[in-house]
Amino acid sequence: MKTLDPTVATGPLAGAGAPSAGQRPGSRRPIVKWLAVSVAAMLAAAALSICIGGQPSSLQDVWHAVTAPDGNVMDVTIRELRWPRTVLAVCAGICLGLAGTLVQGHTRNPVADPGLLGINQGAALAIVAATALAGEMPALTQALLAFAGALAASVLVFMIGSAARHGSTPVTLVLAGAAVTALCSGLVAGIVLLNDQALDTLRFWQVGSLAGRSDVLSMVWPFVGAGVVLALLNIRPLNALALGADTATSLGISVFRARAAGIAAVTLLAGSAVTMAGPIAFAGLLVPHITRAMTGPDYRWLIPLSAVTGATVLLLADTAGRVISRPGELSVGVVLAVVGAPFFVYLARRRRLATL
Amino acid sequence: MTSTRESRRTGAGTIRALRAGPVSVRLNLRVVLVACVLCGVLLGAMALHVAFGGTPMAYPDVLRALLGDTSNPRTHLAVTEFRAPRMVAAVVVGASLAAAGAITQTVARNPLASPDLLGVTTGASLGAVTVLVVAGGGHAGLSGLAATVGMPLAAFGAGIASGVAVYLLAYRRGLDSYRLVLAGLGISGLAASLTTWILTLGDVTSAAQALTWMTGSLNAKDWATVQPMAVSAAVLIAAALCSGRWLLLTSLGEDTAVGLGARNGTTRLVVLTIAVLLASVATVTAGPVAFVALASPQIARSLTSAVVPPVGVSALVGAVFVLLADTVSANALSVPLPVGVATAVVGAPFLIHLILKYQRRLS
Repeated sequence: MKTLDPTVATGPLAGAGAPSAGQRPGSRRPIVKWLAVSVAAMLAAAALSICIGGQPSSLQDVWHAVTAPDGNVMDVTIRELRWPRTVLAVCAGICLGLAGTLVQGHTRNPVADPGLLGINQGAALAIVAATALAGEMPALTQALLAFAGALAASVLVFMIGSAARHGSTPVTLVLAGAAVTALCSGLVAGIVLLNDQALDTLRFWQVGSLAGRSDVLSMVWPFVGAGVVLALLNIRPLNALALGADTATSLGISVFRARAAGIAAVTLLAGSAVTMAGPIAFAGLLVPHITRAMTGPDYRWLIPLSAVTGATVLLLADTAGRVISRPGELSVGVVLAVVGAPFFVYLARRRRLATL
Repeated sequence: MTSTRESRRTGAGTIRALRAGPVSVRLNLRVVLVACVLCGVLLGAMALHVAFGGTPMAYPDVLRALLGDTSNPRTHLAVTEFRAPRMVAAVVVGASLAAAGAITQTVARNPLASPDLLGVTTGASLGAVTVLVVAGGGHAGLSGLAATVGMPLAAFGAGIASGVAVYLLAYRRGLDSYRLVLAGLGISGLAASLTTWILTLGDVTSAAQALTWMTGSLNAKDWATVQPMAVSAAVLIAAALCSGRWLLLTSLGEDTAVGLGARNGTTRLVVLTIAVLLASVATVTAGPVAFVALASPQIARSLTSAVVPPVGVSALVGAVFVLLADTVSANALSVPLPVGVATAVVGAPFLIHLILKYQRRLS
């Protein structure tokens, strides 16, 4: 098996075998530096997201809105629109970043991404099908349906992907995702064509956008929280699984339980992200690669940092979308596809396709 | 006129070589037999397709109308002006997609490679939807020059452009089949995302129209649109059939093929161009009808138990597949659905089955 870089083989070995490995001299300081850098980058991106909008605003405007709002248009815009949207972008980014890292870790596939693996489309299908059968429904029901759809799709894709005795190849898993995506979008198209109302909602929802959905956050945060906790619980098993399932078992990790927790976390995180921002592909692909370049393969750093990086990436993509096509906006899903698809192709072109 | 020079039994059936002077043709009896049977099935599916429709008609009436009987003008009009072009369109779409699929699967040496996965059909969709939404701004959608020339041309151009992009992106000191598939998926993802975005720019009417088209629909086909497509498809499929032996060489693998005198680079470029053109013709005619290109060659392969999917038999299977899918999806529910819904629902499980089979072989 080819590894992504020479340190892949050694990093997780140390991490899983002995918790003290993080204290290797000189190994922690650069990571602490990257942690500081990425948190600073996220804060800067959040500041940009608040300052830059459809309407240009100065720093004084923002300061004014924060300290002494008197209800003028810019104050309202910043407090009622941009601030909630920024918070939403941070939450959705955390979800997408973590989900991407978990999916790539569990499948050991560098080109895996919840958006490419059909998980988002599964959620979309569940919502659309239920809307067509029962009409408009409360947001909580919609979220629960999204989770059910995401779970069904991810279980299906992983089952297909792990059908081979010696694990899946990167390509077959992505293909399984493409199959499930095609099946779901075929069904969605069929349902939507019978129902004009559903189409009008769907076409805006499906493109992946953060505009005008801030109210969702008050409802999905418990799911986001549960997903984050499960992701943190996945750190140890993932470090062990990076050595192969047999080694992980001999290290006392239950592979089945680790996989179950992984799928549950991915479902919660990807489902929450879909409910918050629609199906956004390629964020989950980009973030783990950016993060891995900073931290190396140790999931104790990779998991927390990919949450921070995810938030940064989504904030930047959303802000860029608002700047590029003023006075309208390019939705965040399109911006990420424009950046992410070439990166995906770059990964595909690199040497032989590496397995993680 | 012919003499049988060689006849041997292989796992793939009896293979004979027919010779007529300087021309010799390898003939696989099983392939010929399957092709004959499929031609019969195709005729049946065509009849079924024409006979079903908004108003039920008796088979004899339909047959008489097809043969030029004008004694019942309404039946004659319905059959020759509405149902027959749609039926021909279904055959064109099915045969072109399947032939394109057979070629790409052989070249990529991967049963999972098909124009759907290689970005050609999504690229073509992007082109067509752009024209549809940008030019169709009003409420009536497209009309005039934009509909008859603009949309097909845009789909054609964009399909070819993304095909070329995928090829160039996958090419790196040779063509690796995994790289080809992954590059295709990447470009597909990009094109699909841009398409959904463009959908949000128009009003809901043109969006619905575009979505129908994107799902793959044979609605409202007339002779004016079908005829040029049928001619180009026929020419291209003939060209693909002629390239069959080169395809067979390619399937033996890089080194063996070169050793046997194939010029791999050139061969690939020529046959892939044919495949991209075929896929674009189909997409222009009916939108990206999912999974026909993927499933048909594999069905053809298992019917003939050939090493690589034979182009001709694949085309026949594809035509039957689309005819049946369109008959079902247009008539099964109270509202007619586009044919692509039916092919996706049948085809996606088939793709999953293929992946499982492929993986078991790998492990």
